[in-house]
Amino acid sequence: MTKEDKNYSRRDFLKTSGIATGALIGGGIIGGLIGANVGNDNASTPPGSTAGEPGEGGAGGVRGLMFFKNDAEFQILAQATERIFPEDDLGPGAIGLAVPYFIDQQLAGAYGENSREYMQAPFLEGQKTQGYQSRLKRNEMFRQGLQIMQQEAQDRFQTDFVDLEGEQMDEILTAFQEEEITMKGVSALFFFRLLRAATLEGAYADPIYSGNQNMEGWKMKGYPGHQLSYLNQIDSEEFVEIEPKSLGTQH
Amino acid sequence: MVTNLEKVDVVTVGVGWTGGIIAAECAKAGLKVVGLERGRERGTEDFAIVHDEYRYAVRYELMQDVSKETVTFRNNRQQKALPMRQLGSFLLGEGLGGSGTHWNGHTWRFLPYDFQIKTLTDEKYGADKLAPEYTLQDWGITYDELEPYFDKFEKTAGISGEDINPFWGKRSNPFPTPPMKKTPILKKFETAATNLGYTPFMLPSANLSEAYVNPDGASINACQYCGFCERFGCEYGAKTSPEITVVPTARETGNYEITFNANVVEVVKEGDRVTGVRYFDTVTFEEFFQPAEVVVLTSYIMNNAKLLMVSNIGEMYNPDTGQGTLGRNYCYQILPGASGFFEEKMNTFMGAGSLGMTIDDFNGDSFDHGDLDFIHGASLSMTQTGIRPILTNPVPPDTPSWGAEFKKASIENFNKTLSIGGQGASMPHRENYMALDSTYKDIYGVPLLQLTYNFTDQDRALHKFLTEKSAEIMKEMGAKTVVAGSPISDYDIVPYQTTHNTGGTVMGADPATSVVNNYLQHWDAENLFVVGAGNFAHNGGYNPTGTVGALAYRCAEGIINYSKNGGSLV
Repeated sequence: MTKEDKNYSRRDFLKTSGIATGALIGGGIIGGLIGANVGNDNASTPPGSTAGEPGEGGAGGVRGLMFFKNDAEFQILAQATERIFPEDDLGPGAIGLAVPYFIDQQLAGAYGENSREYMQAPFLEGQKTQGYQSRLKRNEMFRQGLQIMQQEAQDRFQTDFVDLEGEQMDEILTAFQEEEITMKGVSALFFFRLLRAATLEGAYADPIYSGNQNMEGWKMKGYPGHQLSYLNQIDSEEFVEIEPKSLGTQH
Repeated sequence: MVTNLEKVDVVTVGVGWTGGIIAAECAKAGLKVVGLERGRERGTEDFAIVHDEYRYAVRYELMQDVSKETVTFRNNRQQKALPMRQLGSFLLGEGLGGSGTHWNGHTWRFLPYDFQIKTLTDEKYGADKLAPEYTLQDWGITYDELEPYFDKFEKTAGISGEDINPFWGKRSNPFPTPPMKKTPILKKFETAATNLGYTPFMLPSANLSEAYVNPDGASINACQYCGFCERFGCEYGAKTSPEITVVPTARETGNYEITFNANVVEVVKEGDRVTGVRYFDTVTFEEFFQPAEVVVLTSYIMNNAKLLMVSNIGEMYNPDTGQGTLGRNYCYQILPGASGFFEEKMNTFMGAGSLGMTIDDFNGDSFDHGDLDFIHGASLSMTQTGIRPILTNPVPPDTPSWGAEFKKASIENFNKTLSIGGQGASMPHRENYMALDSTYKDIYGVPLLQLTYNFTDQDRALHKFLTEKSAEIMKEMGAKTVVAGSPISDYDIVPYQTTHNTGGTVMGADPATSVVNNYLQHWDAENLFVVGAGNFAHNGGYNPTGTVGALAYRCAEGIINYSKNGGSLV
């Protein structure tokens, strides 16, 4: 499938699935439109300015970037997460679920800044069983990792990462996973695992965190989210289908 | 400058289950008690929006902030210990209630075999059943001696269960509340285990089957099976926790105060007595000295051990000589198990932390170990704790970990996968111990605790045997694909395993091999008590909290006696 087809089919899916109707939790359709920008002239699209129609979503349809300052970098993130969690006949992929926005917000906060991690020196290389020993914060790892993705795309295919075919992107992501790529201050595998985990977090966290758009992640997975009680259903011999609910509906 | 506070009868370091139990019993007996808690006040009212997997289960909202303090770790003495920079293998608690707020609620009594494990193993299998590097020892107390305290803890907590397990110790009373609902998923396990000749029973649960008022007058509500227990607080007050039971009980006496944001850094000892504790206000960094007639260490096992070490109380364990007791017999938990992929969708997202059925046919010495190269075993359980989508992505073997195939398989199998899990016993080994780190410090300038730990041959053999048993049951349950747990090799501190760390401040009958006596009174300072799973001489085949609760009640009785009469309690 060519990328143009892919983007077209994503837009098509969004139309038919009702995501673009504006009845969303926590902000607009823009997550679903990121892919549509890819391959176009990104320079004409300032970061975060590709907002939906005013009045859409809980935040008036406005979405912006909190960590990334450069839209090209953000688009690399978007495409990488989409390869990890792609759109298919079950439903949207990472882009359609607004995962890149989720990650952007997380990188700007405690997660990205390693606020709750022990970050005191000395930083020494240890055994695999001793875990994370990098002096880099997560947001520094992401920035470096995305830059390397772009560099690898140029070296291997003489083109921008976002313009690669899916299989070519996969080749680069696999090179991270198999540590064929060298990163500074952190292993490529560690970064890859972080990226993979963050993608799943964005796909399935409560929509209050700006991912899992319209609870589509939960709908695909048959997970009802925040329910007060299953006291009257726990004995059921049959699988119980329940319309998902977000914590955001309480406020 | 240190501000000296007014002397109290009892000070506890940490306010979770053990600190709460000590406080409730001592305050009821008229002693003035202060609890120093380094975290903040929290309670049921803070959990109205707790159904948030990302905040609580992934980003560890209720856990210790390791930017301030962590532990260092290495697999063996040849390695350089390095800090655990982010939480992983175990989740340290912080704040009112401690780990008792975000536990699942499995509430067991260790087996009679556990308390006399050395004597009983030697009698039956000979003294060389395990190699001499395994520092196996009796606990200095028997099940029968501890039974009244188990009974007391279960009544405080209102534990839901049924007494049909032929392998556990004799009970003086039935469970305070009936077992939880036996759901279709649990019945699947029950049928399979029964077919194989085992004796399944409902797991003793601190998620209560019905509303309950405990003997102290504290109310615990009925569980709603919402599927958010472990790593979460309960918004219904239906998961028994210190902050809804023993803490309010202690406060109602008027004899109890809790100081929050109080991080104790030293137990001050003069001669053969302790005089109190020194702590930092974590907000202002002001330093205080809290004098007390009795000091009780009631924080997590690692911090209890660390405080004794930095305060130079007791003799540090030396792995070269085997001498010394402080830090000795650190154990963990071995986790055998098997997953099964089924054809049909099940309500796996509903549940409760302790909703489960268990067999003890391969726990303790329920089965003959004559031809086996390990001792002890594991309880094997099917639990329905409520799965959540970020951390539950079950895929059959050989599925890629990302991309289209992964997405499809993890979604397809989300509600079609069940697991049988074992809580495997962990035997002490000469090379597994706790000490103080010589490089890394916490934000108060105090050295971090250093952990030297690896799995042993005993652990690997136990894991293999129990994993095979789990897989057999899963097959009998009708799974189309059964995936047995991978064999264990080296202990890895990165992936979450279990917060069932034990040892380091072991109880016993002999000061040469234990830190405290069987009232948990320190051998070297009669007005110092150390309470928790650190007292375990080894780790058994169950979750630890029931046994910790019983030990805390016994300790409280000891403290009250000591306050009247003084002297050694044994």
